Amino acid sequence: MAYSEKVIEHFKKPKNVGTLDKNKNNVGTGLVGAPECGDVMRLQIEVDEQSNIIKDAKFKTFGCGSAIASSSLATEWLKGKSIDEAMAIDNMDIVEELALPPVKIHCSVLAEDAIKSAITDYKKKNGLES
Amino acid sequence: MNQDRLIYLDNNSTTPTDPRVVETMLPYFNQYHGNAASRNHPFGWIAEEAVDNARNQIADLISVDPREIIFTSGATESDNLALKGVFEMYSRKGNHIITLTTEHKTVLDSCKKIEKMGGEVTYLEVNREGLVDLDALRNAIKDTTILVSIMWANNETGVIQPMEEIGKICAEKGVLFMSDATQAVGKVPVNPKEVGVHLMAFTGHKMYGPKGVGALFVNRKNPRVKVTSQMDGGGHERGMRSGTLNVPGIVGLGKAAELCKKEMADEAIRLAALRDKLEKGMKENLEEVYVNGSVENRMPHVTNLSFKHVEGEGLMMTFNQNIGVSSGSACTSASLEPSYVLMALGLGDDLAHSSIRFSLGRFTTEEEIDIAIRQVTDGVNHMRDLSPIWEMYKEGIDLESVQWTEH
Repeated sequence: MAYSEKVIEHFKKPKNVGTLDKNKNNVGTGLVGAPECGDVMRLQIEVDEQSNIIKDAKFKTFGCGSAIASSSLATEWLKGKSIDEAMAIDNMDIVEELALPPVKIHCSVLAEDAIKSAITDYKKKNGLES
Repeated sequence: MNQDRLIYLDNNSTTPTDPRVVETMLPYFNQYHGNAASRNHPFGWIAEEAVDNARNQIADLISVDPREIIFTSGATESDNLALKGVFEMYSRKGNHIITLTTEHKTVLDSCKKIEKMGGEVTYLEVNREGLVDLDALRNAIKDTTILVSIMWANNETGVIQPMEEIGKICAEKGVLFMSDATQAVGKVPVNPKEVGVHLMAFTGHKMYGPKGVGALFVNRKNPRVKVTSQMDGGGHERGMRSGTLNVPGIVGLGKAAELCKKEMADEAIRLAALRDKLEKGMKENLEEVYVNGSVENRMPHVTNLSFKHVEGEGLMMTFNQNIGVSSGSACTSASLEPSYVLMALGLGDDLAHSSIRFSLGRFTTEEEIDIAIRQVTDGVNHMRDLSPIWEMYKEGIDLESVQWTEH
């Protein structure tokens, strides 16, 4: 099984691993996947409430190398984006950037789900339309 | 992480060919290149003599008559020949076969094919240790049963089945007993006649012999067992398997058998000690490490461990630049399903996804085990730092109570 260099890089030195305080009003948390399926992603965003720009993003992922790389890449992309821009991130962008093979596309889908879930959580907490 | 050496702990997948085996094989590629079936010139005679010698060496390892050894291309072919060959040969007696859910894919897929051909197959479940339930076996045998097929030792867990007890039940009920002994031959004492096994498949490349050559033991007397050939042609191997004999391969398999017979007992003691050291090291360094399958009834060189809340393929990526192992994780298979063998033991999906099989071999050193303990420990710690479910577990959250989004 050959991984792309980018997957290996993100796997070995994952960016933005960690936990944000999920009780804070400006933090949105997305928890997707299931242990039975072999991958669980938790992705969190911290949003500047004035501008709706994502200030910080953290993740933790239980899964294979591609799942970890997908979530690491997602957090990198999220920082500095508005929540509307973040909503537009498509899983195929991740597939392309990491050169994921067909059997690993579900990892990118999970990352997209995690992003959307975190934004939805943030919007819900702040009474924004979702 | 950058070790210069490569450490091979995946000997259940395949073993390296012993250099002594390679050396024995070499003259039979060109110096003695004859066809063992050429009865009328010295080239053929030399080849035939080499094959006879190898047949003796192999028969000697498993204590059978050399005439009971049928050469094949490997265990897959031997399993196919035994199962389908018995099904065809004994069709007038019955059409029912009994096997286990934890058998190798070769046996399971051959049984699936047999079902399509009009056979009936019972797949018995195993207990938490991976062992067959003898009462369930006894109850499953009926008038139409012709064969019980139960592997000697499991490839994923190393668990050894109670062969003698199974053999007694088969003898009592008058059904044939076949065993896929691919993982056991050459590693632990295997004597089919002693336990009442009538057909037994094994292969060269799991016992330090070459790939592409294997054998099927077929009992000749009491009862005289026959199988319908699945490969038709020149009538080689007593008509049970046609095809020009792979003389260098057979010579290699013979030499491998001779070496195993000589070295197996000492090797088993040495490898069990290293395996135990590996297990102990992992358990001392890490929490939540589980051994999968029976620890009392298993091969000396295998351990199958689950590292809770860490995904197996991801874990392997932390050390697979220089350590070769296997995982029961779904991500390592094309099917995206975790190991059916571990699932059959009643492990939850999560533990099956977290499993790593370490299989040691003749050339494994203590130093390699020390390195493996260190690197795997680091890998598990790295993966647990990344794992949200490990964090939740540490916070005391009941993972069962979480609403997961299945996908």
